[in-house]
This record gives sequence, C-alpha cells and structure tokens, in this order.
Amino acid sequence: MAIRGTNIKIEGLTHRYGSRSTVTFNRVDLESPQGEALAIIGRSGCGKSTLLHIVAGLLKASEGSIKLDGTPIQGPSPKWVMMFQAPHLFPWMTVKQNVGVGLTFGNWDKSTIDSRVDEAIQLVELQDFAQSNVQDLSGGQQQRVALARSLVMEPELLLLDEPFSALDAFTRSSLQHDVRAIAKRLGFNIILVTHDIDEAVIMADRAVIMAGSPGNIVRELDVDLPDPRDRTDPRVQTLRAKLMDDFQQAANYQKPEAVSLVD
Amino acid sequence: MTQEVAFRGGVVSRFIEHPALRRFAWGVAGVAILAALWFAAGLWLQANPTTQSFAAFGLIPTLQAFPELFGAGKIQAAAAASGYRLGMGLLIAICIGVPIGILMGRVKWFQEYSNAAFQFLRMVSPLAWMPLAVLVFATWNGSIIFLIAIASVWPVMFSTAAGLAKVDPSWFKVARNLGATPLQMLTRVIMPAIAFDVFSGIRLALGVAWIVLVPAEYLGVTSGLGYAIEDARETLSYNHLTALVLTIGVIGYVLDSIIVILINRYSWQRGHA
Repeated sequence: MAIRGTNIKIEGLTHRYGSRSTVTFNRVDLESPQGEALAIIGRSGCGKSTLLHIVAGLLKASEGSIKLDGTPIQGPSPKWVMMFQAPHLFPWMTVKQNVGVGLTFGNWDKSTIDSRVDEAIQLVELQDFAQSNVQDLSGGQQQRVALARSLVMEPELLLLDEPFSALDAFTRSSLQHDVRAIAKRLGFNIILVTHDIDEAVIMADRAVIMAGSPGNIVRELDVDLPDPRDRTDPRVQTLRAKLMDDFQQAANYQKPEAVSLVD
Repeated sequence: MTQEVAFRGGVVSRFIEHPALRRFAWGVAGVAILAALWFAAGLWLQANPTTQSFAAFGLIPTLQAFPELFGAGKIQAAAAASGYRLGMGLLIAICIGVPIGILMGRVKWFQEYSNAAFQFLRMVSPLAWMPLAVLVFATWNGSIIFLIAIASVWPVMFSTAAGLAKVDPSWFKVARNLGATPLQMLTRVIMPAIAFDVFSGIRLALGVAWIVLVPAEYLGVTSGLGYAIEDARETLSYNHLTALVLTIGVIGYVLDSIIVILINRYSWQRGHA
C-alpha cells in the first residue's frame, strides 16, 4: 500500500451550533507532524468528537482552518477517513464488498479494487471471512472490516472516534495494538478521540487533553514508549498515572477567555 | 409393530423438521380442502332441482372448461391484455411512488407538507376516479392503466418512505466519508437499504392493482380477464366464468410468489422470511 502521512495544522478552530448557540470549542490550535499518532482525550461534551468530524470534513467549522500539508480541508476525502464508534457496515454486502465500497465510489478499475481490497483484508487478518456477510461476524471482526474499509483508501490521516468503545476488553486491546502497528508500518497519521486513558497511552505518540466550556486543548503529554506497548510495563503505568493526573486537573479547567454567545 | 411405529415416527419427524417441505405440504392440504368443498358444493348444486341450472359452477365443469378456453386462445388473450394493463399501471406507480417515497423519507419538510395531501388522496377509492379517468383519457386502456396506477402508487410510496425512515443515518455519513456522490448514495446505499420495503410495497400494490383491474375491465374494453368474466356471465357460460375466476386467482398467486422471491433475494434483513 502506498500510504504516507501528513503534516496537520489546526489554527483558531471554533465551532458553534447555529449563529447564536453555545460555542462547542473556541480558537483551538493544534499541530501534528507526519506519521504521528495523536490522542485527544476529554470528558463527554467537551467537543472532541465535533473537532474530529470537522477534521473529517463532515462538519463545517465556524471559524479557523485545518490544513494537511498546507492544503485546507474543504470536505470529506479518501485522504482523511474516519472510523466511528460503531462499524456501520453495509449489511447487504459481504466483507470484501464493504472493504472495497470506497474504491467503487472513486470509480477505480476492478483489478485495482480487487488487489487493494485483498491486501487490506489480509492486514486485518480476515482472509477467511472475505466472502462472508458482515452480519455473520462478531463485533470485533466487524470493526476490523471497518478498519480495512478505511485502510483500503490509503489515507494520509486516519481519524478514530472512540472506535473500540463498544467492544469487549480483549478485542479492544487486540485492535488497539493492531491499529497502531499498521499505522507505524504504513506511516499514516492517526488522530484518536477517546475518553479511555489506557487507550491513549497504548495507541498514541502524544496525547492532548481537551477540557473547558467552550473546550480547548489544556494539557499535552508525549507518550514516548517503545512498541509493542504492554499495559503491565511500569513505564506505561507511570505515563498512565501522569495522564490521569493531568486529566483530573483539567477537569476543573476553565479557560479565562472562554466566551458563550448564549445570554 | 414397534419397528413400523418407529419408522413412521422417523419419517414424520424428518418431515416436520424440514420447514420448506412442511410449508408446501400444508399449502397443498389447504388447496385440497378448498377443492373438496368446491366439489361438494357442485354436487349439491347438481342434486338440488332449484339450483341445478347453476351446476356448471362446480369444480368438475370448471376444470372441463379449461381445455376449451385454452384451445380457443381466450385465456391467453385475456391474460395478456390484463397483464399489459397491470404491468403498465404498476410500472407507473413504481416510477412515481419510489422517488416521491424517497423524498418523503429523506427531506423532512417535503414529508411534512405532503403527508396530509397524500393520505387524503390515498383514502379516495380507486374506482371513484373511474368517471374522471374516462373523461380525461382518450382510450379505455389509458383509463384502466390510470386506475391501476392511482390505486397502487400509495403502498409503494408509503413503504418506500417508511423504509427510508428506518435507514441508519450513519450509513450516509460513512458513504460521504468515503467519497460517495449523491447518485452513488442513491444507487449504492439508499436503494439496497430500502429494497425490502420497496418490494413489500410493490407486493401490496400488486394486490390492490389486481383487485382494481377486474372491475375496471367490466367497463368499455373488449379484452382482459374482467371483460372475459363479464362476457361469460352474459352468455351464461358459468363454467367459463369460474374457470376465469380460477385463472385470476392462479395468476395473482404466481405474481405474488415472484415478488416474495424478489423480497427474499434483495432483503438483507435477517429473520423476516
């Protein structure tokens, strides 16, 4: 697969629902170098999922810009694809058809689609299920199909919106390791939104904490650990404790210049 | 004796365990009971001096009428004429009902504006449009096709809208995320997602259209199953009349079965069948 990462630059990003409603987040600045796995953690409602949807081009920002290698994001693109909390597979399709659906949208020729789909299915280790209907798969397998469906697009940036939160602990752990390993092997960027601190430590090169109302980035921490990462590794435990401490401090954070348009 | 009971028990249990075979057997049994009742009614008509002149309604005379009707090409010609009207009427209903149903399911303001009007029109008996249809259309064929279309458009439209309302909105988000164009969204996401509901609507529409077709053909036209029944009544050919009624039932059943096959073929929902 010919995947490469991208330099992400978010400047002054603000989002509000409607012209006079509450500001979700205000003037967010964030950069991520090529190939980085960045985790955004924060409590529910701090705007992290909205931020990710804007980066995916699925929502419009009220102000500010997002640039990938200097090019502004104007809408959805196969170069930046998103994995959602649930796999949202098309149940009338087989595993192979689901994985290749994005390529068919792009009108790729059949031989290219076949070879890239086969490769993506191998990456997520679902070769034996290629012709199965996705309704016959377990939750973890379905999320692997969703991952393959994203990877087959050869994205520069993979956006993960709490993608494993609905899975059991064993499957979640396995997928966290697999996604990070694939990202590092292929070189694409990850932005992971999660409220699971363990997930951030296992998957990310850097974690930022989003808090406040309106939300903003209030802390950041480098997760400088070798791969593969093991939850029982004391260095993982130390970083986890540090991140939890930062997270708890940030929970009471209120940015001084935070404004609300609601009277 | 014990072995015989065990053998019979084994055959019965194997039979019960095979759902398709069981359904088929129950269907055949139901038809056999209906035929037996019909046969008995025919015997009663024959035996009773006051009803003897109607004995041709019985099962045996009816079955005897088929070679005659087929030989003269009457059933084929009537079925072809009715089939054409039914097909055209249903096609128009599908071409109008599916797009409007998609609009109703996808565009909230359109659904809100149109729902009351469509519900009102739906409640008008299709045959009540007949005088208007006769005035508007130059040919009887046109009038009948219009009546079939207006009778069958509502089930297609409302089933399509209901199907779309059940579609997971995340599929649209995923498709947009993967670069689907609006046309691809329609053909690759919406249509497969609602295929079950569209075919279910077409199945209902077929039933309504088939009911409207026969009375509509009583008027004006000189072809079709409805006309043939009316003709048989006027010439007192009662066995022809019942043979044609039986033909209508068989054709309707076959058409319904074809749509059930299509529903099963294109439905992705588990456990509906």
